[in-house]
Amino acid sequence: MLLLINNISVVYSDVIQVLKGVSLSIEEHNIVSLLGSNGAGKTTTLKAVSGLLKPENGKVTDGEIIFQGEKIHNKAPEEITRLGIIQVLEGRQPFKYLTVEENLRVGTATRPGQSFKDDLELVYHYFPALKTRRKMKAGYCSGGELQMLVIGRALMAHPKLLLLDEPSLGLAPLVVREIFQIIKRINEEQKTTIILVEQNANMALQIAHYGYVMENGRIVMEGRANELRENPDIKEFYLGLAPDGEGHSYTDVKAYRRRKRWL
Amino acid sequence: MEFFWQLMINGLSLGFLYGISAMGFVMIYKSSSVLNFAHGELLALGAYIFLAFMMWFKIPAIPAFIITLVLCFAFGFLVERVFLRPLIGEPLIFVIMLTVGLASMMKGAILLLWGGNLYTYPEFIPQTLTLSLGGVNIQPVYNVSFMLGVVFLLIFGFFFKYTSQGIFMRSVADNQRAALSLGVNVRRIFALSWAIAALVAGMSGIVLGVINGINVHELSAIGLKVFPVVILGGLDSIAGAIVGGVIIGVLESFTGGYLTPSLRDVVPYIILVGILMVKPYGLFGQVEIERV
Amino acid sequence: MRALKFRRCGNFHESYREELNVFETDFGRFWVVIGFFFVFLILPFVATPYVLYLVTNIAIYAIAVIGLNILTGYTGQISLGHGAFFGVGAYAAAIMATRFHMPFLLSVFAGGLITATVGLVFGLPSSRLKGLYLAIATLAGQFIIEYVLIHWEEVTMGTMGINLPRPTIFGVDVGGDVKFYFIAFIFLFFFLWMAVNLMRTRYGRAFIAIRDNDRAAEGMGIPIFPYKLLSFAVSSFYAGVAGALWAFFTMTITTEPFNLGLSVEFIAMVIIGGMGNMSGAIFGTVFISLLNEGLRLMADILINARIFDQAALTMAPLKEFAFGLAIVLFILIEPRGLAEVWRIVRSNFRLWPFSY
Repeated sequence: MLLLINNISVVYSDVIQVLKGVSLSIEEHNIVSLLGSNGAGKTTTLKAVSGLLKPENGKVTDGEIIFQGEKIHNKAPEEITRLGIIQVLEGRQPFKYLTVEENLRVGTATRPGQSFKDDLELVYHYFPALKTRRKMKAGYCSGGELQMLVIGRALMAHPKLLLLDEPSLGLAPLVVREIFQIIKRINEEQKTTIILVEQNANMALQIAHYGYVMENGRIVMEGRANELRENPDIKEFYLGLAPDGEGHSYTDVKAYRRRKRWL
Repeated sequence: MEFFWQLMINGLSLGFLYGISAMGFVMIYKSSSVLNFAHGELLALGAYIFLAFMMWFKIPAIPAFIITLVLCFAFGFLVERVFLRPLIGEPLIFVIMLTVGLASMMKGAILLLWGGNLYTYPEFIPQTLTLSLGGVNIQPVYNVSFMLGVVFLLIFGFFFKYTSQGIFMRSVADNQRAALSLGVNVRRIFALSWAIAALVAGMSGIVLGVINGINVHELSAIGLKVFPVVILGGLDSIAGAIVGGVIIGVLESFTGGYLTPSLRDVVPYIILVGILMVKPYGLFGQVEIERV
Repeated sequence: MRALKFRRCGNFHESYREELNVFETDFGRFWVVIGFFFVFLILPFVATPYVLYLVTNIAIYAIAVIGLNILTGYTGQISLGHGAFFGVGAYAAAIMATRFHMPFLLSVFAGGLITATVGLVFGLPSSRLKGLYLAIATLAGQFIIEYVLIHWEEVTMGTMGINLPRPTIFGVDVGGDVKFYFIAFIFLFFFLWMAVNLMRTRYGRAFIAIRDNDRAAEGMGIPIFPYKLLSFAVSSFYAGVAGALWAFFTMTITTEPFNLGLSVEFIAMVIIGGMGNMSGAIFGTVFISLLNEGLRLMADILINARIFDQAALTMAPLKEFAFGLAIVLFILIEPRGLAEVWRIVRSNFRLWPFSY
């Protein structure tokens, strides 16, 4: 067990409760995907782990987060990142005015003074597109390149646990496929544990080992990825595959109730 | 022609001083995007601390210089910790006004301690550094300031471009949240940038004090002249600060020499408005990359 | 007669008209009436000339601060040149009155208009600049205007200054402490009333939209640039009128008072009072003016009591220090200013003892 999230509640600005008792357990070397609609609390869960709640005035008020036997909830992000937990923020967030290579160098912040030449080569090995752009300002890169850049940047920190927040956001399907393949390779070759937050449930469940589904700040379903893929509710509401090939009518009360439970 | 060269030399050396005064300002802006209106007072503080050590405690120039720089460094650190840290993430106007308030406080404190009189340092720069260029003598202090400026410029250029700390500083200025997510210690970077900036400011203050004498009002006026300099050079370019400073200095010197002396002090601001209308990000500044 | 309105425990507005009401409760109206009564019928007849002078000064400054609040607090544009705009108003009015022998009201109005034009010119950079660049541009404006006031001697008499005639309205003399006190307050109430109402129109709402998010505002179809310019113009009109009144109030003007310090003082008043809040402008002006006067009084007392020989020397820097400290403390502790403090105090009384 690498990471254990035990029944946490998260409150923003002392007023808004976003997570209401979320529990996750993440096995080592797994890809775990976290699914759910907008506002379900996926990103907040990641931020609770990485410590980035603090600058947004959020707090874990209840429960605990244990990483390799150490309690890490409500610690400063500087400390948590040094334990090897790196979050890749939603919406890419590159350093626009730094070159690609400088962006990657910022990833070494958790281990100052150590050599990073090999790591650069490693990142370029996974993302050859970045190598051709290394002297260019990140602000002028395309969306796909930026996504690769921010994942590569996180890799520079030698993460034990990588938190990916919607890597497919706003990217073309082909690019999404490419990035997910690389994520899978990173997981297999570097033995990095990955928590993957996604709207694109289909892609996410294809590469993940395990999955959780969140709604309204709670975990509502969990299971092995292949089981989840076969679950009729998941199929219908997340993968968009109706069992009989056509949608239900709202007059069909039973199906409506079933749907309400999810969305 | 002699007159022309004399003006040129005066302008260049004055401009160089503006440039190194502006460097600290750019440091702060580059790493924390704070526009520091208290920069003139930081200059003054360095000059007065040095004065205190030389006149009151009778310490020789070089140790006094080093102690002053250390104290300035500590002061910058403290200012960030006490006043600016709580404002991280607040709207721009509060940050600007906070530095305005700080300027007022520091000016008041300096006036309380030393009064508004003009002081001068005892002689401490050896006369052998005098340089003669085509019949125009350049005073040793200008040479020293020139050397200091070049040295600091090289150090900072290297620092920001190649060292990890420098790149971290730029990353914080660029995207605080992302820097935080990668484990950059943002608070320490802010504190460090203020400390370094105060140190550079202290050094420039001492040089200015040697040349013009030490007076709070004069020095804080130079702190305001930093604005045209950095806008001309680009707010976030350290080399730009020097170039901007030199251009402003030369223009000032020529206006003073050939036109009316009284126009001298506004010329930089007239240029400033012109630049802002034509090329808002200065000669060397980064063009804002805005993606929606 | 309709039922009296008291503060409700929630927002129960049933129409937009109700939301646009200036006074939420009749209680508020009542206090305004009391305020008028006090200002116009009691204070001028009981106050000493010194107090009267002070209060008149506050009223005049408050007009300028309301103007700056429209620009900074409501439109979100920082101006470090309002001290100079105040000066432009003063000089414009003085020149109108002495050279062209315009009557008092007309020259005040002309002072406002000329300042609005100057403000427009310095507002032009706002088409391309935002935030700190604009702050620097207006700072440059401050220095340039100061220079022009000092060195355009044929018009402004340079450092000699200008003496103004006594103000008259339709032949009636309104100079002198008490009469001018009334004039200042009539102006203040009129301009306050205008400003409050301006903020309830589409223009005011556009200003606020630009402040909150200029890009979104543009997306909603608000042409940003004209509105920013309008805000600059209105704001400098207020500053100009205040400057003109001040010129007639002091009777002699020189370039000296209209320096960067005054600009900073104006912004400090806006911030300490509370940005984007009309009553805040008044609070801030009163606070800073009283702070200045208080420190001055303290200096006088100390000198008279011969506690400090050098007290006269050290008081100016102490004033500077205290002024800076006040700004810093307000920003750190209550960035929304005195208006917010006042609101909290009021609601504490109202809700006591159940503060939730």
